[in-house]
Amino acid sequence: MKAKFLVPLLLFFGLAGFLAFGLTLNPREVPSPLIDKPAPNFRLARLDQPEQTFALEEMRGQVWLLNVWASWCVACRQEHPVLVRMAAQKLVPVVGLNYKEVRGDGAISTRGMALEAETTMAIERARRWLADHGNPYLLSVLDIDGRVGIDFGVYGVPETFLIDREGRIRYKHIGPITPESLQTQIMPKVEELRRAG
Amino acid sequence: MIPELGHFALILALVLSLVQAVVPLVGAQRNSSALMAVGRPAAQGQFFFILFSYFCLTWAFIQSDFSVQLAATNSHSATPLMYKITGVWGNHEGSLLLWAMSLSLWTVAVTVFSRHLPDAFLARVLGVLGLVSAGFISFTLVTSNPFDRLLPAVAEGRDLNPLLQDPGMIIHPPLLYMGYVGFSVAFAFAIAALLSGRMDAAWARWSRPWTTIAWVFLTAGIAVGSGWAYYELGWGGWWFWDPVENASFMPWLLGTALMHSLAVTEKRGAFRSWTVLLAIGAFSLSLLGTFLVRSGVITSVHAFATDPRRGLYILALLVIVIGFSLLLYAMRANKLMGGGSFGLVSRETALLANNVLLTVASASVLLGTLYPLFLDALGLGKISVGPPYFEAVFVPLMTPVVVLMVFGPFLRWKDDELLAEVRRVAPAFVASVAIGVGSAWAVDHLTWRTALGLSLAAWVVLASLQLLVRRLGERAGASAGSRLRSITASWWGMWLAHFGIGIFIIGVTMVGSLDRHLDVKMKEGQHAELAGYTFVFRGAVDADGPNYDAARGRIELLRDGRSLDMLTPEKRVYLAQGMPMTEASLDIGVFRDVYVSLGEQLEDGAWIVSLYYKPFISWIWAGCVLMGLGGVFAAADRRYRRLAARDAAAAVGSRVAA
Amino acid sequence: MPADPKLVPSGLHGLRRVLGVGALAALIAAPLHAATAEGGPAITPAGIATASDPGVAPAVAADPKLEADMMELSHKLRCLVCQNQSIAESNAPLAVDLRNQVREQLAAGKDKDDVIDYLVERYGDFVLYEPPFKAVTGLLWVGPFALLLGGAGWLAWRLRRRRSEIAAEGALSAADRERARALLAGGGDAASNPASPESRK
Repeated sequence: MKAKFLVPLLLFFGLAGFLAFGLTLNPREVPSPLIDKPAPNFRLARLDQPEQTFALEEMRGQVWLLNVWASWCVACRQEHPVLVRMAAQKLVPVVGLNYKEVRGDGAISTRGMALEAETTMAIERARRWLADHGNPYLLSVLDIDGRVGIDFGVYGVPETFLIDREGRIRYKHIGPITPESLQTQIMPKVEELRRAG
Repeated sequence: MIPELGHFALILALVLSLVQAVVPLVGAQRNSSALMAVGRPAAQGQFFFILFSYFCLTWAFIQSDFSVQLAATNSHSATPLMYKITGVWGNHEGSLLLWAMSLSLWTVAVTVFSRHLPDAFLARVLGVLGLVSAGFISFTLVTSNPFDRLLPAVAEGRDLNPLLQDPGMIIHPPLLYMGYVGFSVAFAFAIAALLSGRMDAAWARWSRPWTTIAWVFLTAGIAVGSGWAYYELGWGGWWFWDPVENASFMPWLLGTALMHSLAVTEKRGAFRSWTVLLAIGAFSLSLLGTFLVRSGVITSVHAFATDPRRGLYILALLVIVIGFSLLLYAMRANKLMGGGSFGLVSRETALLANNVLLTVASASVLLGTLYPLFLDALGLGKISVGPPYFEAVFVPLMTPVVVLMVFGPFLRWKDDELLAEVRRVAPAFVASVAIGVGSAWAVDHLTWRTALGLSLAAWVVLASLQLLVRRLGERAGASAGSRLRSITASWWGMWLAHFGIGIFIIGVTMVGSLDRHLDVKMKEGQHAELAGYTFVFRGAVDADGPNYDAARGRIELLRDGRSLDMLTPEKRVYLAQGMPMTEASLDIGVFRDVYVSLGEQLEDGAWIVSLYYKPFISWIWAGCVLMGLGGVFAAADRRYRRLAARDAAAAVGSRVAA
Repeated sequence: MPADPKLVPSGLHGLRRVLGVGALAALIAAPLHAATAEGGPAITPAGIATASDPGVAPAVAADPKLEADMMELSHKLRCLVCQNQSIAESNAPLAVDLRNQVREQLAAGKDKDDVIDYLVERYGDFVLYEPPFKAVTGLLWVGPFALLLGGAGWLAWRLRRRRSEIAAEGALSAADRERARALLAGGGDAASNPASPESRK
């Protein structure tokens, strides 16, 4: 048997190897290109005091998490108890980004709704939800139209960003935070960043 | 009760497939006619049980038996009967059963149309088919049992995905599967030939009709799927280079190469190595397609709900089947060398170039489809590869194929003179470029893409006509009637299929370059214009269906003041899942389709309406029909039956002697 | 073997052919022009919102040209939450948001590359259906053409090998060549035609 006739077989085994490895991957997960880059600055209305705004740079000097949430998001309900426990134990400050609270809800049509009316509705819904499920956030800001979300490369809810003292994004957690991911991925990185700063 | 019977029948089918796999192969090895004779009855018995199993599953759907998990998730008591029946294959488990049933059907066809095959050869073919069957049925039973019960049963099912509740669903999957699975026959013939060490012209001749018919089914399946996407999705696209679409296109490309390579092997004894590898390759790509759709490795609109465990099982099946075949090839490839020699300029050369080009095209599609996976596996990030890539790569690769396609038949077998042939077709070539560029200018779209497409199409048409004239002129002195009759079905098949590609290219080029689109807000009585047509909105009415609520718009289509048609696009909400869907309305014509779909209704009562003008899009489907028809003619050539009868007589003679 | 005179057109014959085909081309182009070009430009005057004429349905887009540009670009951008669709085809909320972003940016005067850069900055290369040409995608873009060249090279090598095989087989002898010519000219010859008078010799 000449060696060259084995080429198709070897090529195929190579392909099969890749396919086998591919079974362990998730083709739908999109990694963030913003890792190690400065977090996009924003200035948004605060949920607790809507006449006041809050800017990202106000968190400079701290290691903190930005958690994207909304009351219509089912998976957020899953991770919320974890966040509440984190707040009780004062593990790391979390700022909430309330994302498309009204227009993101499939059951509500915002066609013809004025921005003011939508903002009022968003504030009411968000506050009610936090009252019902607990408020783990240092504070929450309102991203009514999702623009800030796009700046952060948000494509689903919930997502959480770990931001360091200089305001750079260091890690993006896609999907709900579980006790496990908190322990094995998020907190170790938080500690590391705290030591570095 | 009935689902359990169906389950049991499937198990019996598995047992029979194992018998069919093992016994005849052993029999062929030991030259025992008793063992070899087991093949036919085993295959036929297996078919009976799979058919029975399939009917049991269909029965559960028709009876709305929602204690069967599959029926509960894919049907509804109010779903129209037709879609209860087709819903059986609108999911992973049921479609696997359809796959197994197609394979069994092809196997039975082989048992019926095989009197002319030597016993040992047939035994090996059936053995290989049995192995593949066993693989698929065991996969179904172990990881994807369609008869799983849902206990306690739900009162009402979740209904079939509304996108699938459509006539396209009735024909597309069966045709497609018959095509995919049909290449398993060519594969089995190739493996049987490798096993027996017999790879001569006779083997190629036996393989050809099976391969051609499978190719026809696959062509039809892909074309229907494409047409279905066109009218169903609401915005007129017809091909997206989605991984699953590519998974059906790659076997088609290799299958086309295989058909042509088999012709050379039959007529000239050459290309045996290519033919065997193409046969293995075409079927391997079918299996790879099955893997891609069901494993979750890639994201696709067509993908079924995924499960890595299933992916692993299919991958194991792939590795066993393809690995074994390629190993066998490596061991026997020496015997495949040689074959008729041919000159630098000859039909053989053209067909060899055809093999190479189609293989490169197929490999390129594979590269594009799997590249995101490669990068992700190597930790090099995530990218997307979509239509812009495939179009940029595929058109340049296929251009030489199309040019060669109608030039090749002018060349003689074995040896020819290049200059003579080139001079013969030069006027047609020059004229096609002139026509292509001229037509592109005439339609106000003088771009590379349009000019190239129209030139290629003109080249196909002109060269085909010239070929036909030459062929008719061959019998000097004969009457017109006898000249026509002297052209075989096989030749007409080639001619029609090639001509069909020219028509197809016209359709693709024109609709890609000249289509128009406009979204308007229409209130009753208002009108809009697009591409010389006037659309008048005559209001919307309720048009509820058996399992959906709908609003139906009535839009009158006019041209030059004359009313042509009343278009009735619908906006539906399917009750079970609350899923909204749009049902477009088309005015189909030879030279253009006018296409309208209904969007949402605004607060002021106006409706958002999308208007599309699609010139020459029917030529895409017409081209595919001609291709399929060409294949049918080629497979039906009397030559096969005449030679099959002769082989059968010889086979009987040898059995009597033995 | 000399070329058959009937098969190779003489100069004038060839010219006649080309002219004939040119006329055919004109015959095809004229109705094509008539059939397809009269639709006029894609943006018909009626498509632009004219508040003055209540009978005319206004376009959804305020600016049809901008809309067309936006849609063309959107077909190249991937909807991240969909099962492999572009943001042009999908009505998922994120797709709508991104289309709005694209429209806004194009309206603000950014060109296509700027918009693409903007999205890639935030979502990575995954959002592009046309993979950028970088080190990691080099194989992807070059691959098909490398395969084509490789295939052509193999073909050339294979044909050259065949040619030497034929040469090794040996040429026809002079007598065989004569016989072949006679056979091809349509007559029989002594050996192949038993009924001819010669064979009785």
